[in-house]
Amino acid sequence: MAEAQNSPTSGIAPAGGRPPVGSTTAGQIAVAAESTVATRMSAPPSFDVADFPVPHGREEEWRFTPLERLRGLHDGTAVATGEGVKVAVEAPEGVLVELVDRDDARLGRAGAPVDRVAAQAYSAFEKAGVVTVPKETVLTEPIRITVHGEGGVSYGHQVVELGAFAEAVVVIDHTGDAVLAANVDYVLGDGAKLTVVSVQDWDDKAVHVAQHNALVGRDATFKSVVVTFGGDLVRLHPRVTYAGPGAEAELFGLYFTDAGQHQEHRLLVDHNVPHCKSNVVYKGALQGEAAHAVWIGDVLIEAKAEGTDTYEMNRNLVLTDGARVDSVPNLEIETGEIVGAGHASATGRFDDEQLFYLMARGIPADEARRLVVRGFFAELVQQIGVDDIEERLLARIETELKATV
Amino acid sequence: MATLEIRDLHVTVEADNATKEILKGVDLTVKQGETHAIMGPNGSGKSTLAYSLAGHPKYTVTGGTVTLDGEDVLEMSVDERARAGLFLAMQYPVEVPGVSVSNFLRTSATAVRGEAPKLRTWVKEVKEAMERLNMDASFAERNVNEGFSGGEKKRHEILQLELLRPKVAILDETDSGLDVDALRIVSEGVNRVRETGEVGTLLITHYTRILRYIKPDFVHVFSGGRIVESGGAELADKLENEGYEAYAKLDGADTKGGVSA
Repeated sequence: MAEAQNSPTSGIAPAGGRPPVGSTTAGQIAVAAESTVATRMSAPPSFDVADFPVPHGREEEWRFTPLERLRGLHDGTAVATGEGVKVAVEAPEGVLVELVDRDDARLGRAGAPVDRVAAQAYSAFEKAGVVTVPKETVLTEPIRITVHGEGGVSYGHQVVELGAFAEAVVVIDHTGDAVLAANVDYVLGDGAKLTVVSVQDWDDKAVHVAQHNALVGRDATFKSVVVTFGGDLVRLHPRVTYAGPGAEAELFGLYFTDAGQHQEHRLLVDHNVPHCKSNVVYKGALQGEAAHAVWIGDVLIEAKAEGTDTYEMNRNLVLTDGARVDSVPNLEIETGEIVGAGHASATGRFDDEQLFYLMARGIPADEARRLVVRGFFAELVQQIGVDDIEERLLARIETELKATV
Repeated sequence: MATLEIRDLHVTVEADNATKEILKGVDLTVKQGETHAIMGPNGSGKSTLAYSLAGHPKYTVTGGTVTLDGEDVLEMSVDERARAGLFLAMQYPVEVPGVSVSNFLRTSATAVRGEAPKLRTWVKEVKEAMERLNMDASFAERNVNEGFSGGEKKRHEILQLELLRPKVAILDETDSGLDVDALRIVSEGVNRVRETGEVGTLLITHYTRILRYIKPDFVHVFSGGRIVESGGAELADKLENEGYEAYAKLDGADTKGGVSA
């Protein structure tokens, strides 16, 4: 495994094994007067698509993304079609489910779009969904939001808001075929606990670009689980900011990138208040020609965020030749008065020697691969904490392995 | 009685865009219950023999035959060879991240035995085998070979040998990199398997040191890709005293390394 851990710059460090062909792992911890995380974006955040130039592909935030496969989401040519995507919300009693107009004051409070496609989504959606869990309401059943693509182009906006001390699990399922750009806001009141599981189980041709904005209240706990299996191109941008001290955010991700798929996860945790925690763990397996996974992990500890405790990690397992991983953790620290800050990125390869070793113990090749992949994901899946999701994920991983190995 | 028969085995390897012949006609018969030591200088092809028998894809067999109880081993895939009863304890065991030792051992035993071992007896079997090799119980929860010391890797190999009960065990430089204590523990493990009388052992080594713990029935000197001399245990004593220099003229292999440890 090549490992970049707490080192100022690290390229591919083949400690104990060779890195896979076509992988980059670049790590950076900067103590900067000026935020590089912010300046790396080509325009400041804005709700108006006109504030963003059409990307040409060399911008820092677009350089890994194949623009020609965005089907026009980035340049204004993708026009929404009537029945592009069907959204259904299934919620336990006590939860308020609404469809609202774009002038509703509850939209956009967790963060503004940071790139052209997110701004396009904000500028183009017609109605927004708002799901509210009133204060001190503790749900025992999950809220289920199903997003099913019917083959068209669609722009969406969804808000999930938890009042103070409310507790909820939200499962968002993406299936079918669509060209979808969306923003999702999670607003957590003081002491609230929210777990969100977003599953991207799209058909092969789907294109899905979304920005997730979480605003985590004082002493609140936010857990995001992003699971990406399907789609031609999936690019997700989960972001966390804090509204008060004592808050915690856990961002877990799991992806299985097959031949030809582009799956990109860009994280940002902005420690903008003191005494908050964040923990980011993303793991991905890749197999097949031109499978491409991108992971960008930005953590910013602002000067006022004393007492911050943060760690981020990305692990990739390359199962076959022809796959490519780009993994870029960035940790930017503006104060030394913190509890802890670290990051790690490693891309390992299930190589011929490992395969030989397992086969030399009588284990057939396909079983050997399953053993390695199951082991790779198991620890992460156990941390999700939603039983039926855990079982479904394990089953889905088995299907992925059977289908293509 | 299980018999491994190697006849006129020729093996090549691709290196620097050239094909190089490493094994140049190896003849050897290993029967169940016998222990054969293969000794030779670095670069003589000893490890190539081990890996070729196990079926490593890096090596190409260009001539000769290998049979196990009459079955053509060379026609078998790597996993089929293991299930047929061949076991290779590797000189450099491979790290397999994400796979625990306990999961690995059970998957392997299930494959080799043809059915999943009964959980209750299996747990006991593994626990006892680990205790005999002075392995802490926590070992089972670690990932295969990940962060293992040299001695731990070798003990883990011998643990597998004891659990998988092969017909023919090839031990490739199992003694290398071990201190005396670890060498004794590992050798005791090998001897327990030998004492069952059900395994043929092919002990590949550079040094005579391990032969103080594991007494071979036959000693073969390997040089230039073939066996150049065979004898009983006394041949090891001769190597201990005289080194490999006497065989150097035969092929020009690297004979600088000492024999005794």
